[in-house]
Amino acid sequence: MNQLDLTLLAAARPDFAAIAAWIPEGASVLDLGCGDGNLLRYLKDARKTRGYGVEINDNNIEACIRNGVNVIQNDLESGLLGFENGSFDYVILSQTLQATRHTEPLMQEMLRVGREGIVSFPNFGYWKNRINVLGGHMPVSKDLPYQWYDTPNVHLCTLSDFETFCAHFKMQILGRQVMTGDSTISFLPNLLGSTAVYRFKRVP
Amino acid sequence: MQNTSHSVGLVSSHIMQFDTPLICKSGLVLPSYALVYETYGTLNNDKSNAILVCHALSGHHHVAGFYADDPKNIGWWDTMIGPGKPIDTNKFYVVGVNNLGGCHGSTGPSSIKLDTGKPYGASFPVVTVEDWVESQARLADRLGIVQFAAVLGGSLGGMQAMQWSLSYPDRVRHVLAIATAPHLTAENIAFNDVARNAILTDPDFYGGDFYEHGVVPRRGLRLARMLGHITYLSDDAMADKFGRSLRSGKLAYNYDIEFEIESYLRYQGDKFAAYFDANTYLLMTKALDYFDPARDFNDNIDRAFAVAKANFLVVSFTTDWRFSPERSRSIVSALLHNRRNVSYAEISSAHGHDSFLMQHTHYHNVMRAYLNNIAREFAV
Repeated sequence: MNQLDLTLLAAARPDFAAIAAWIPEGASVLDLGCGDGNLLRYLKDARKTRGYGVEINDNNIEACIRNGVNVIQNDLESGLLGFENGSFDYVILSQTLQATRHTEPLMQEMLRVGREGIVSFPNFGYWKNRINVLGGHMPVSKDLPYQWYDTPNVHLCTLSDFETFCAHFKMQILGRQVMTGDSTISFLPNLLGSTAVYRFKRVP
Repeated sequence: MQNTSHSVGLVSSHIMQFDTPLICKSGLVLPSYALVYETYGTLNNDKSNAILVCHALSGHHHVAGFYADDPKNIGWWDTMIGPGKPIDTNKFYVVGVNNLGGCHGSTGPSSIKLDTGKPYGASFPVVTVEDWVESQARLADRLGIVQFAAVLGGSLGGMQAMQWSLSYPDRVRHVLAIATAPHLTAENIAFNDVARNAILTDPDFYGGDFYEHGVVPRRGLRLARMLGHITYLSDDAMADKFGRSLRSGKLAYNYDIEFEIESYLRYQGDKFAAYFDANTYLLMTKALDYFDPARDFNDNIDRAFAVAKANFLVVSFTTDWRFSPERSRSIVSALLHNRRNVSYAEISSAHGHDSFLMQHTHYHNVMRAYLNNIAREFAV
């Protein structure tokens, strides 16, 4: 990937840059629900990472291979069988958390296989979403681009919900980056942030 | 987009004679032997674009294209290999070889043994996947190929491709292991043994020396093939293709061919028995049964793959119950353990084990994408 591609990707997906900022050069990463492999390719180029993606969709498998990243076709809902304990520095779940059915077991699997986990997800508590719901409708936006009847998102949450979840399941949050578009949100993030990226590990 | 993929066209096979003895894994020695092979495409200047295609149980060196004197004899993987096809002969130099012990021109049980002037028959050594890789490496030496860009194959061919990464880690950059397994399961060995028994108990087998009796254990070979064929298909594929259709439309209450599936299987059996060598069939099934790289490592597959350096593409098919996706996943997990580059695609296909030979858009796209990346590593 050349510098221009990297810049374009980072502009299209601000969470990529946020994730990359946490990952040291040469780290091993596992990207769950890796889609077309763009994040892995971005990390490979920007951070010299090595690793694999896990993906279920046939077209995405083709895209990953075209992208030159390792991809393993597997259903995340069946766990991470075949991946050994502590075999990765980082296990990433980028914009996929909200679409997982067995969310809690998968989060536990992330911390079994990886030293640390990184998740990004759309914040359902974002003010525009709240206004939609107050107005009597499910939100449809750039971050939530589906109608209620065709959405893959079954476990939407707010930043507060996610943080309560982590505390309940003994996961320690190591870092949080909240964004709206490409601007970082630090004031009232659960209200003003549209996307969140968290870094976490098991409570020692 | 214009479809520019077509056949490699006219091809011819070549013979390479080897006079350095091959010490087989069994300890038996083949003092000299010949390998028949075909090549498609052009070997580039630095000889970095060679691909070896390994064949499965009943395959051979005629992988793509057709012969001038036999235009209907099209290579067994012609859908995969050719100009513009997933294994693109505009980019790659493709080598197909008939394995030792085969019956398509390479030295095998039906070849004449020099010292006796008679066919080897039962005296032909039982060869293994490792022996094949050794003989293929010698062929590569003679063709001037130090390192293959890729070695690939389906089923038993996939086993050879994997073995290449274990026997010669520095001589193969990529392994494409398709519809294969790290070793056969007990059920798989059982199927092979029934097939072998069909041949071994045929009165025309004569302990493997049927050639001098002027007969062929046709009944055994036919049964072996019929059984094999059932296991290469899926229940759904058979139901789709044949269902319970009757040839004559009504039940005859006898043992003649009634159902279409019976007609199909007997036809396949007869066709196969007419050209395939019974000893070769025995030998190929044994090579399948014996393949087990983990055996030398306390059955630890992770340790067996520790020497491998190649990058891997592993492909399985959802309805393949003879070499199920689960078997491919254990290859993947051994490669993950050893931190090798590996991609794994599980192709949804209705055609069982035979899927790897079929034209299937997604499967071919996966192969094409992976091979295109390989082609980017060298200048065409």
